[in-house]
Amino acid sequence: MALLSKKDANLILDPLADNNPITIQVLGICSALAITAELKASVVMALSVLFVLGAGNVVISLLRNVIPSKIRIIVQLVVVATLVIIVDQVLKAFAYELSKTLSVFVGLIITNCIIMGRFEAFALGNGPWKSFLDGIGNALGYGVILVIIGFFRELLGSGTLFGFPVLGDPVTKTGLYALGYENNGFMIIPPAALIVVGIVIWVQRSRNRTLIEEA
Amino acid sequence: MLEHLELFFKSIFIDNMVFAVFLGMCSYLAVSKKVSTAVGLGAAVIFVLGVTVPLNWLLDKYLLQDGALVWLGPEYADYDLGFLSFILFIATIATMVQLVEIVVEKFSPSLYNSLGIFLPLIAVNCAILGGSLFMQTREIPNLGLALNYGVSSGIGWFLAILAIAAIREKIRYSNVPAPLRGLGITFIITGLMGIGFQSFGGMLTGDNEPPEPTETTTAKTEEIKEKKEIKKEIDDEERTISYNEVINK
Repeated sequence: MALLSKKDANLILDPLADNNPITIQVLGICSALAITAELKASVVMALSVLFVLGAGNVVISLLRNVIPSKIRIIVQLVVVATLVIIVDQVLKAFAYELSKTLSVFVGLIITNCIIMGRFEAFALGNGPWKSFLDGIGNALGYGVILVIIGFFRELLGSGTLFGFPVLGDPVTKTGLYALGYENNGFMIIPPAALIVVGIVIWVQRSRNRTLIEEA
Repeated sequence: MLEHLELFFKSIFIDNMVFAVFLGMCSYLAVSKKVSTAVGLGAAVIFVLGVTVPLNWLLDKYLLQDGALVWLGPEYADYDLGFLSFILFIATIATMVQLVEIVVEKFSPSLYNSLGIFLPLIAVNCAILGGSLFMQTREIPNLGLALNYGVSSGIGWFLAILAIAAIREKIRYSNVPAPLRGLGITFIITGLMGIGFQSFGGMLTGDNEPPEPTETTTAKTEEIKEKKEIKKEIDDEERTISYNEVINK
């Protein structure tokens, strides 16, 4: 990484694992769970958050000396809402089906706690370039978890990835289905997402025991 | 009256904010360590949802919907300001939360002390904005039902956070595997509770039809809606037939 100093690189890499926004900071869970039954939706959601968080962090960071601290929440909400409207309109124009699938959850990026959290914790106190890296890092950390959950839920629940059948055809009994494999309908229902996240947390904390909470 | 009851139970049990659509999870996980604080936050959510959903319904009806500006004059009939809904809804919510905070502080200091710290948190609670956005996408027909929807979704959220807080208070004495302690086990318990709540799915329809999957399948919801409408028609027909029979007898 010649482009980035070590400190800057850490801004991106930390949230990917040991300071992950979803599994460690417990932020932004609302939208992470609801749209992960398909991998495609998860990826689009991750990209939308990447755009909003990256751009929003830069804007807030540029404005940080101008915003009166008393009304900063409203200012932040307006910035996020504007960016989210852009995302929503772009999705509606170029991927209408997908924007139907995501329905209100694009709008809910506004209240995604990761975004407000990073604005408050980072962008208000740091320069634009660092804030940009921090935004990208956190959005990637969010995206990684989304993609993991989406991957398992779609693979086990419908036997497809991005809509392509990868385990064979359940109707004509080819591939794995010829051996008696069945799709697990449980993975499609909403509560399964929570359990998958629970397992992801379990695996992560077993690998890195310093993250274990004192209950 | 019946539609009010139906919406009431549907929003609390079937489309529960936490278990069916995962809204307000952040504060749900963060503030559910003790029952007393959970009750405070839950009450605040009911209150704010009950205020903001009807308000946003009015905004949606008279400002945002396609052709909603027609009351200004016929030349305004072509305007569709739908793209502004996010920014207007969140502005309403943020202002209302601020206003509620000021009013409560002025008139009921004891309530303010118990709700005080939670009120600002609520502005960025996804359940609140989600309530308004679902109100918009589900096309709730009138103001009374919008109020009902807001309050009953709030009650659903309240029940969920109350339940998980009670469970977490007890779980402190259990021997949970170390890596699962805290967050992990809370997720899994919420998942299990969600499965339990799925069983309410047949409550209103009375048959074994699976609950309307509110997440991913919005593309399909139109189909489902159509089916439901057809079903409703059939039901109505059946009902009228049976009424007729009764009358004839």
